[in-house]
Amino acid sequence: MLDQFLWVIFPYLCVVIFIVGHIWRYRIDQFGWTAKSSEFIEKKQLMVGSILFHFAVIPVFFGHIVGLFIPAHWMSAIGVNEHIYHLGAVYVGGFFGVVMFVGMFLLTFRRINNKSVRKLSSVSDMVVNFLLLFITFIGIYATLVTNNIVTDFDYRQSISVWVRGLVTFSPDASLMTDVPLTFQIHVLSAFLIFALWPATRLVHAWSLPFNYVGRSYIVYRRHKQ
Amino acid sequence: MKIKAQIAMVMNLDKCIGCHTCSVTCKSTWTNRPGAEYMWFNNVETKPGIGYPKRWEDQEHYKGGWKLRNGRLELKSGTKLSKIALGKIFYNPDMPEMKEYYEPWTYNYQDLITKEESEHSPVATAHSVISGEKMDLEWGPNWEDDLAGGHITGPQDPNIQQIEEEIKFNFEKTFMMYLPRLCEHCLNPSCVASCPSGAMYKRDEDGIVLVDQEACRGWRYCMTGCPYKKVYFNWKTNKAEKCTFCFPRVEAGLPTVCSETCTGRMRYLGVLLYDADRVLEAAATENEKDLYEAQLDLFLDPNDPEVIAQAERDGISNDWIEAAQNSPVYKLAVEYKLAFPLHPEYRTMPMVWYCPPLSPIMNYFEGKDSIKNPDAIFPAIEEMRIPLQYLANMLTAGDVEPVKGALQKMAMMRQYMRAISSGKDFDESRLERVGMSANETKMMYRLLAIAKYEDRFVIPTSHREQYTDPYRAQGSTGYGFGGDDCDGCGPVMAATTSNQTGKEIYEQNFYGGIWRD
Repeated sequence: MLDQFLWVIFPYLCVVIFIVGHIWRYRIDQFGWTAKSSEFIEKKQLMVGSILFHFAVIPVFFGHIVGLFIPAHWMSAIGVNEHIYHLGAVYVGGFFGVVMFVGMFLLTFRRINNKSVRKLSSVSDMVVNFLLLFITFIGIYATLVTNNIVTDFDYRQSISVWVRGLVTFSPDASLMTDVPLTFQIHVLSAFLIFALWPATRLVHAWSLPFNYVGRSYIVYRRHKQ
Repeated sequence: MKIKAQIAMVMNLDKCIGCHTCSVTCKSTWTNRPGAEYMWFNNVETKPGIGYPKRWEDQEHYKGGWKLRNGRLELKSGTKLSKIALGKIFYNPDMPEMKEYYEPWTYNYQDLITKEESEHSPVATAHSVISGEKMDLEWGPNWEDDLAGGHITGPQDPNIQQIEEEIKFNFEKTFMMYLPRLCEHCLNPSCVASCPSGAMYKRDEDGIVLVDQEACRGWRYCMTGCPYKKVYFNWKTNKAEKCTFCFPRVEAGLPTVCSETCTGRMRYLGVLLYDADRVLEAAATENEKDLYEAQLDLFLDPNDPEVIAQAERDGISNDWIEAAQNSPVYKLAVEYKLAFPLHPEYRTMPMVWYCPPLSPIMNYFEGKDSIKNPDAIFPAIEEMRIPLQYLANMLTAGDVEPVKGALQKMAMMRQYMRAISSGKDFDESRLERVGMSANETKMMYRLLAIAKYEDRFVIPTSHREQYTDPYRAQGSTGYGFGGDDCDGCGPVMAATTSNQTGKEIYEQNFYGGIWRD
């Protein structure tokens, strides 16, 4: 029963909150939708932390897409066998994971240590900060440590299959029951942050201004006649 | 040709007494809210000085405005692509920090009445509004007012540093002037061009530049983009804010608050018609010293029948054309050539212009004979206390001649009017030497010295009836409508406590309440 909740009900619940929450927030709270930068208050420490975190989070995101959504035999078909994949996941993934962790650590340290920044932080800012730090840490730990201890475990045969089951509406909780604890915690805390996402500053991720590049410089607005 | 209308301002610095009334009335109207304490949409700087924020004119540091690259305009802070691709979006290297403006503070006045009895009387100490910590005050608004500390800050003024001859800040050679500053509502606004979210815009009907508070995502490029540093970041709402040119007043035909309350009556507001199709071309003028002329060239003669016909085709109504014909701004900037743009070399085509100030002239020119000697005025202008080159560095990208011409006209006007009012003879051919006629000089005098309210402010009302249905709108708002209290009636801060979120303050506030639809 608990397995059914953790690996079927909870993930779906989080995804529903994620989707509905974003639609709701976008419709009622345009004014609150901001990157909430504190660069104006403190700049030097932010530079290192923010750049490290943001630059690393992009490859980490795509790494997860590849690992979770592309079946192992598809990868083999294009010549990426288990050994090559493993090298990439551990060394490249581990590298960006560590960079992201260092960035997140510096940002969290700054948020606590700098009085003005701390004073301007809301509860949700703090939760997001520590949760991201935790998810990153446990993710790196699972990749670099657990993988070496539990050598016969392959998440591409368990977690990835389970995630694809969620997406295709054929969830199978039994795939997750034998997964090492660190991976389980990583997965659950990740789903938790998806549920919190629409209520936090993280919404700025969807406002990346790609259309700025193609836009004309000067914007005029006129009333509709 | 595509004609657009712009509400523009001229300030006659010759009459500015540096009283800060404009700043204070502006602040109490727009920025007396938590998160906006440090913002002065309008501020008055003593020049020479480093200003607000510190050394804002140093674009090598702040990277504001435009530059030319291979003859094409490019934001000085980098291309659109570089802002996203190079990760500047994660960290804006050119953005000023709060400490470069000043950290807002308050005093613990409570201590004055609650302190235990002691040997020394209690003192209210300064506390940061941001962190709540005790503050050692080292910089603040107007810190260098009237050259306070000018021997330290004066030499750091970028306009001074550009002057080759050494200007010593000793008592005998001291000079100063006031420079009131607000958003320039530029024709080629680099803040608008910098905004990745498209939240900043120039209003089509009157050229006022605004930030859409709903669309702003807080990327902060506008702060860097504006070379005048007149877009601010609200640390409570995490959105950009700026001078609104008091658009609710201007729409109703009223002058901005800073203009209305100016005790020196030195601000002018009026309509300019300009050719929108040629703005980019003018802003891309190769030589910086030609930018003033290039911008002047954009303004169209509102009495020219062809211009009137084209303006009508471009949807400009007759009352706006008429206002343009009576515009004090057109007279001062285009007809008399007394007013100049602030730092045209930033290539933003600013629309708040300044008449340079006269300053005391060395004694040997001001003596009794100066009226009799018609030529004395010309060398005298170059011997003013405020170096011509200093004014030119601010107003014409360093070109001394136009500034000299304006000052000569103003000095000549004084001499002429002094002669008339004291019943002395005046050889009117002298007026021609500065390109004026007797009648024109009298008109100029009336506009500059008498400065009647209706001559200073010629503002047509907006044509709201073209985009709303006034018949249906009647009775839909007002006191107590819908059982709700009137938004923005009464003191803004009355119900505001510091525990409120930025959104709550915004919604409750006059500022939020009048946001355009």
